[in-house]
Amino acid sequence: MPAIPDWGDKRFEIMIGRLLRYGVFLAAAWVLVGGIHYLLQFHGTAMNYRVFHGESADLRFVREIVRGAAELNARGFIQLGILLLIATPVARVAFSVVGFALEKDWLYVGITLIVLALLIYSLSS
Amino acid sequence: MNTLEFTILVAVGSLLAGLLGSLTGLGGGVVIVPLLTLVFGVDIRYAIGASLVSVISTSSGSAAAYLKEGYSNIRIGMFLEVATTIGAITGAYLAASTPTRAIAIIFGVVLLYSAYSASRPPKTSSTDDPPDRYATLLKLDGDYPTAAGKEAYHVRHVPAGFSLMYLAGVISGLLGIGSGAVKVLAMDQIMRIPFKVSTTTSNFMIGVTAAASAGIYLHRGYIDPGIAMPVMLGVLGGALTGARILPGAKVRTLRMVFSLVIAALAVEMIFKGLKGSL
Repeated sequence: MPAIPDWGDKRFEIMIGRLLRYGVFLAAAWVLVGGIHYLLQFHGTAMNYRVFHGESADLRFVREIVRGAAELNARGFIQLGILLLIATPVARVAFSVVGFALEKDWLYVGITLIVLALLIYSLSS
Repeated sequence: MNTLEFTILVAVGSLLAGLLGSLTGLGGGVVIVPLLTLVFGVDIRYAIGASLVSVISTSSGSAAAYLKEGYSNIRIGMFLEVATTIGAITGAYLAASTPTRAIAIIFGVVLLYSAYSASRPPKTSSTDDPPDRYATLLKLDGDYPTAAGKEAYHVRHVPAGFSLMYLAGVISGLLGIGSGAVKVLAMDQIMRIPFKVSTTTSNFMIGVTAAASAGIYLHRGYIDPGIAMPVMLGVLGGALTGARILPGAKVRTLRMVFSLVIAALAVEMIFKGLKGSL
């Protein structure tokens, strides 16, 4: 097993951790802005989530969500923030591929690519 | 109830859940689904979708703090994530064909286990078993900081731990929770990884596992922005507040109380599931 410089490994991880935190804060701020917009528009509407309808297509697929948010549709705007949040762990895994490649740990580049492929499959299926 | 009232009440409930979850180390995710279904009468599928979103926010939001402490082992995490993500995708597909009554009952059982495992003090793992050849091959062994300097540890029973991690992934995907209790069981009790390393690595893995099923839930229309918004913001706010006051908090009593609350919610979930009134 090749000697891995401990500090380099850890520094890269901490950087990824910070990046994730910014991603989460950005997503939260986005959802908050969308949420205020949503409440100004729908605050008095009676709601009922007792019966499951499933969301319409414009809140289920990446392209439709982005389009809805661009049109400043409140629910679409919030949904884009949620999509951003779901993307943070995916970004973490993608950065880990780079991290392991920098260490020339090809076994873990492979393992991490499998995880990344599974995540992309889930998001695009 | 109108939308404004619903949003505020759900946000406050989620804030409390996030705060208690962070202070006790149990995670706020486990109580979100019972809170939404039992208290607010939300359909369990919407509740699971919102819960998954909140799980990702706390896991990703706290990753930086955990990584800085130097306990989490990124190789163990990444290797086991292969099992948890496959499990999470399986669980998300299973959720579509499982009757909601059955999901409620399974949820109750997992909640009871979480409450039980939380009320039990962590056992110190023995480290005199022979080394595991898979652990050596996969470079899973590592070290962690203790008061007496760095201490090395060896990972055992890799195939058994990997299999249990798959199950943890299925539970996470089916119920929309982080299933941290099962992850810690696999790492701490079976793979004999030191408790502190297990819990922090588990937290690190939870976000990736949840993201794997969140994609499928999103496509299936289970994630409603009107519910996910107050839940995500509330849980995240609560968890961040909890992390700030943690050093001075009296956690033991709180852990006991929260475990009892979880157990009560579990019984209610099972009861409602059996009656079919959820």
